[in-house]
Amino acid sequence: MTAGADASADTVSIPLDKKLEMYRMMLDARLFEEKAHKLFFEGLVKGTSHLALGQEAVAAGFAAAMRSDDLTFCTYRGHTHTLLRGADMGALMAELLGRGNGICGGKGGSMHLTDVSVGAMGSYAIVGAHLPIAAGAAWAAQARGTGQVSVVFFGDGATNIGAFHEALNLAAVWSLPVVFVCENNLYMEYTPIGAVTAVPNPAADRAGAYGLEGIILDGNDVEAVYSTATAALEHARAGGGPQLIEAKTYRHGGHSRADPGTYRPDEEVQEWLDRDPIPAFRARLEAAGVAAETLDTIEAESDAAVEAATEVARSGPFPDPANLETQVWADGGSSWRN
Amino acid sequence: MAELTYRQAVARGIAQEMDRDPTVYFIGEDVAAAGGVFKTTEGLQDRFGPERVRDTPISEEAITGAVMGAAMNGLRPIAEIMFSDFFATCWDIVANQIAKARYMTDGQITLPLVIRAANGGGARFGAQHSQAMENWAMAIPGLKVVAPSNAHDVVGLLAASVRDDDPVVFLEQKSLYASRQEVPEGEIVGELGKAAVVREGADITVVALAAMVPRALEAAETLAGEGIDVEVVDLRSLVPLDVTTVLNSVVKTSRMVTVEENPRLCGWGAEVTSIVTEEAFYDLDAPTLRITTPHIPLPSADTLEDLAMPSAETIASELRRVGNG
Ligand SMILES: Cc1ncc(C[n+]2csc(CCOP(=O)(O)OP(=O)(O)O)c2C)c(N)n1
Ligand SMILES: [Mg+2]
Repeated sequence: MTAGADASADTVSIPLDKKLEMYRMMLDARLFEEKAHKLFFEGLVKGTSHLALGQEAVAAGFAAAMRSDDLTFCTYRGHTHTLLRGADMGALMAELLGRGNGICGGKGGSMHLTDVSVGAMGSYAIVGAHLPIAAGAAWAAQARGTGQVSVVFFGDGATNIGAFHEALNLAAVWSLPVVFVCENNLYMEYTPIGAVTAVPNPAADRAGAYGLEGIILDGNDVEAVYSTATAALEHARAGGGPQLIEAKTYRHGGHSRADPGTYRPDEEVQEWLDRDPIPAFRARLEAAGVAAETLDTIEAESDAAVEAATEVARSGPFPDPANLETQVWADGGSSWRN
Repeated sequence: MAELTYRQAVARGIAQEMDRDPTVYFIGEDVAAAGGVFKTTEGLQDRFGPERVRDTPISEEAITGAVMGAAMNGLRPIAEIMFSDFFATCWDIVANQIAKARYMTDGQITLPLVIRAANGGGARFGAQHSQAMENWAMAIPGLKVVAPSNAHDVVGLLAASVRDDDPVVFLEQKSLYASRQEVPEGEIVGELGKAAVVREGADITVVALAAMVPRALEAAETLAGEGIDVEVVDLRSLVPLDVTTVLNSVVKTSRMVTVEENPRLCGWGAEVTSIVTEEAFYDLDAPTLRITTPHIPLPSADTLEDLAMPSAETIASELRRVGNG
């Protein structure tokens, strides 16, 4: 690893209830997305969906470390980030199914899950666009003295778009409380990031250009994520300016929809399946003395929550046609003329 | 009452709103210490400090993204895009992010922000610093589009734009910056979506915007001497569009000509014309007419640019064709 600090877990300082919370978060995310995948093949999830199966530790570690009024900005691969900030699981699933009880009333869909009430400030589907937006939210936090930190998740592919560089420079020069988190899952859609990028660590190796330290993290180790997130959030909250973290991770499945991901070598896929963050964390918890039944109970509860959410979605009404032309403007309507 | 240039009116409008509301912030390239490349924002940083009036890097996506994020989190920010041509470099943020955020989240996100820019031709800057892009902005659901024609409206419509809870693209016509007008002291607040009948007349309605308004007025004066009585409507904002004022005028005059600075295809005049033919066809006594810049990038040479943009003379000669008979 060429760039900057190599973040490592400080497992001692994480209280047990926080660890169990993160275990539950990862299971909620995993089971929610496995269900979403099934519903896609049943034709119930329309359009597209981008799953973060295998990447749950990044979302869980950060969500567990964030303050309730901190702000999350994520991508179209954003089910997990939105869910783990506390968005209602049934309303999320209903949004995927295009139902009126969806979190965005059916106007957002899989790629645009948003729940402002929990600080999930949107899933953005134009690669890189949300980095400057997250910086702007951090600017408002700085100006108003709210103490909030804005956390923005993006893929490795986003590091080659202009908005990434514009946002990092602005955040650095204005010393904004924003944490940039690259989830490097080694691929863009189908092309490996290494094939199109001049440096081996696409985010961390660029950090120096903005006067930042490039922090590299094992994104499949939820405790390492939590510790690194905690430190980065503290740094940003204390006025130390932005942080740039590159979390190495891997998506278990393809890019989107029904993509089987066959462009990836079998050995590589197997290597990362062996590093699945959920069983790895479970083994660590058991080794630390957590009873298997405790963990089984959490899993059963997650499973029940996903089943209940699925029912909420399946039985949800289709959007009221009267809502087609609402909420373009702040007055609730869409009128452009008198 | 003091005489104010269109240029000075920009700073006055921003200052009026920053004074009133501590959540109003202003950012852009060279806008703070230097007072703007067109000197439209001189004195604002001295008055409101380096936090509220701030220079940015040359990063149009960062500038527009920053005001979007800030508007999501409690500010009422104003950004400057130096030349409206540069919107092309951040059109994703403006058209895909800012314009759609409220709808996609079913009203969870409100974006009270203003993006100002120097728009349009007449300054001999050539094709990349002169285009009139109001029709780009008008085509995007979720953007309000305002373009004042005089100093008084600059102050009032800027205030209305800042106070509006939706994103506003505020286009200042750069060839008007030196124009002057008596503007009263004290707070001025206009209204978005309200056109002005700036000259009353009985024979032809001319609908114009921004720099085309003074040119239409000049043409109207010429034609007055020839016995053609022209009414001039200054639209002032394209979104919202004050259709009522246009229709009332057309019902009175039975003739309508639109004068646009933007290139021909899909200009706002086509939309206005379509509305008038759908809703006031039987009130018309002559075909409607669109006067536009030809469908070309703008040339730089003064003689060519003058030829391209609708002038008072070309407006007058087109109006003669429409006539009053
Ligand atoms: C500006 C832009 N270009 C292209 C696309 C199409 N696209 C969607 S996702 C994607 C790959 C992005 O890869 P990465 O940033 O690594 O994120 P990941 O999907 O791996 O999470 C591409 C090219 C897009 N949405 N936006
Ligand atoms: Mg990727």
